[in-house]
Amino acid sequence: MLELKNLTINVSDKTIIQNLNLKLEKNKVYVLMGPNGSGKSTLALTLMGHPLYQIKSGKILFEKKDITNLEPDKKANAGIFLSFQSPLSLSGVSIFSLLRTAIAGRKDPLILKEEIEKTAKILKIKKELLERSFNEGTSGGEKKKLELLQASVLNPKFLMFDEIDTGVDVDALKTIAQFMEKNKKGKTYLLITHYNRILKYVKPDVVLVMINGKIVKQGDYRLAEEIEKKGYAKL
Amino acid sequence: MQNSNLNFDYKFGFSMPEKNVFKAKKGLTKKTVEDISSLKKEPTWMKEFRIKAYESFKKRKMPAWGANLSKIDFDDIYYYIKPTEKQVNSWADLPKEIKDTYDRIGVPEAEKNFLSGVSAQYESEVVYESINRELNKRGVIFCDMDTALRKYPKIIKKYFGTLISPHDNKFASLNSAVWSGGSFVYVPKGVKLPMPLQAYFRINAERFGQFERTLIIAEEGSFVHYIEGCTAPIYTTTSLHAAVVEIFVKKGARVRYTTVQNWSHNIYNLVTKRATVDEEGIMEWVDCNIGSGVTMKYPSVILKGKSSHGEVLSIAYAAKGQHQDAGAKMYHLAPDTSSRIISKSISKDGGRTSYRGLVSVSPGAKNSKVYVSCDALIMDEQSRSDTYPYMRINEKDCEVQHEATVEKLGEEKLFYLTSRGIKKPEAETLLVNGFIEPVVKEIPLEYSIELNRLIRMEMSGSVG
Repeated sequence: MLELKNLTINVSDKTIIQNLNLKLEKNKVYVLMGPNGSGKSTLALTLMGHPLYQIKSGKILFEKKDITNLEPDKKANAGIFLSFQSPLSLSGVSIFSLLRTAIAGRKDPLILKEEIEKTAKILKIKKELLERSFNEGTSGGEKKKLELLQASVLNPKFLMFDEIDTGVDVDALKTIAQFMEKNKKGKTYLLITHYNRILKYVKPDVVLVMINGKIVKQGDYRLAEEIEKKGYAKL
Repeated sequence: MQNSNLNFDYKFGFSMPEKNVFKAKKGLTKKTVEDISSLKKEPTWMKEFRIKAYESFKKRKMPAWGANLSKIDFDDIYYYIKPTEKQVNSWADLPKEIKDTYDRIGVPEAEKNFLSGVSAQYESEVVYESINRELNKRGVIFCDMDTALRKYPKIIKKYFGTLISPHDNKFASLNSAVWSGGSFVYVPKGVKLPMPLQAYFRINAERFGQFERTLIIAEEGSFVHYIEGCTAPIYTTTSLHAAVVEIFVKKGARVRYTTVQNWSHNIYNLVTKRATVDEEGIMEWVDCNIGSGVTMKYPSVILKGKSSHGEVLSIAYAAKGQHQDAGAKMYHLAPDTSSRIISKSISKDGGRTSYRGLVSVSPGAKNSKVYVSCDALIMDEQSRSDTYPYMRINEKDCEVQHEATVEKLGEEKLFYLTSRGIKKPEAETLLVNGFIEPVVKEIPLEYSIELNRLIRMEMSGSVG
């Protein structure tokens, strides 16, 4: 699905990630763990094409195609999705108009509306949140659910969830896990997290540990349990 | 949409051959003013009113503040053109060129949908007018100003020029001297009109200034929503639009006046709009300025009756070469009055917007409430936005709130939207339409769709 070859990423001329090599496969759930500032979000934002993150060298291959320098909208349309760590608000723009613009021409707006409403119901998102300004006056949990709603409607192949488990209650956590379970086939997930909390509900295939921009350890779900007990220092 | 870097790419930038019955000479003299009045067979008082206004216009200097008006050449303008000999009442009776012009801006289509009363203005005379029978039945008068002066001389004499005197400002003087066309609306006591009254405007003569004059009287407890939308063809030289609008809101009445202004970019749009509101009355101006090269317009509300309310909701959009100097004026003269000003401005590609507002609370206007909010969105480094909020508060017992924000179009917001598969220009349009949404939602649906479409067109025109 996704392959990183010798990827070096700078933010305002400071190297955050150096010579990263990584291969993520289809139908698998990956968890990326690591202490604050280790470069996890940098990686996710770079893969999505954030203009402030400069790729100094290396390549990003998505389904064997070079997408290293693609614009964010083209990456999104190729099937890459990022659930943001702290999604911002957009005044005067509803999730309806956001998705209508994103899907423009590919789906009948009325069918799209029905789909959004149906998905919102499954995700237990209050109907009024769909009409009003995106993320204005919404709780942390609702924000994360609205990210999930977009993931569902846009139906990407590679999904990055940056701390989707922070600021949410157990119910929301279960909803997120159920969503992933149902939409696993043919997809790749990259969960970025600090904690084990979500791992009670989602069983990852691979756990990756990132420290100072490098993947220092890789293992199965038991690695996450080990980190919970002993912390990163012992690795 | 096609773009050209050399000319303003204006969607309605076409010009039909002129077919005029009478065209006054270029430039303005006392004789021209007298001729206009004689030609219209006006009563003596109106002729005198025009001449007084003309004297004032001659004496007054150009405003020393606001936008740059130095390129206006008053000697290079036609002050009166009469396009057809008689008024026509149906679409079929209109001359072909005029029909073609309207076809292009889509008037008949809009009418088919649900326009109940269209008073369309072609050049300086209203030539096409379809008045809903329902209006007449309920005693509502909706006609062009020239007809109103002929048919209802008493009421016109009572109100005309009493709110905006012919000596008010240079451009009000000019309008008072040479006015032609515009609308007259009279709503009797207790009549509430469920459908808006709409007028389409169109200028089609080079160097021809349009000086329409509108007067609205809403009697006690009545309600009317008046909408004006303008499109104008492109010119090779500058053109002037100096209108005057006077509105009288009686006790407990409510008037809403919506403008969607999209003149071509070589037009000077200098308009004086004022309303006076009696006890418990409500006046609302919804003012959207997308087009014209220069706009100077500050809709005013005089809250003279106890518990009266005034609003000005406005949108200004300035692209390359445009300066929108717009705002609002609120005069609180009585106790328990309230007002709300919401201004949203967008500047792009070197465009300039200025918010210029005055709020005045007079001694004795106790328990008055004022809310002013002006937000400016600047799309790039070349563009500019200024805010000039004036407050004259002479009463202690009142509540005044003022909020102002200036924001640059956020990179993070654009990234968020593009990460969902939205192209950058579309993401910008989405954010801009979101920014003006609080005002747009106050506009009837077909106009807000039009407005959003205009903005999208303006935005994509300069990006692609």
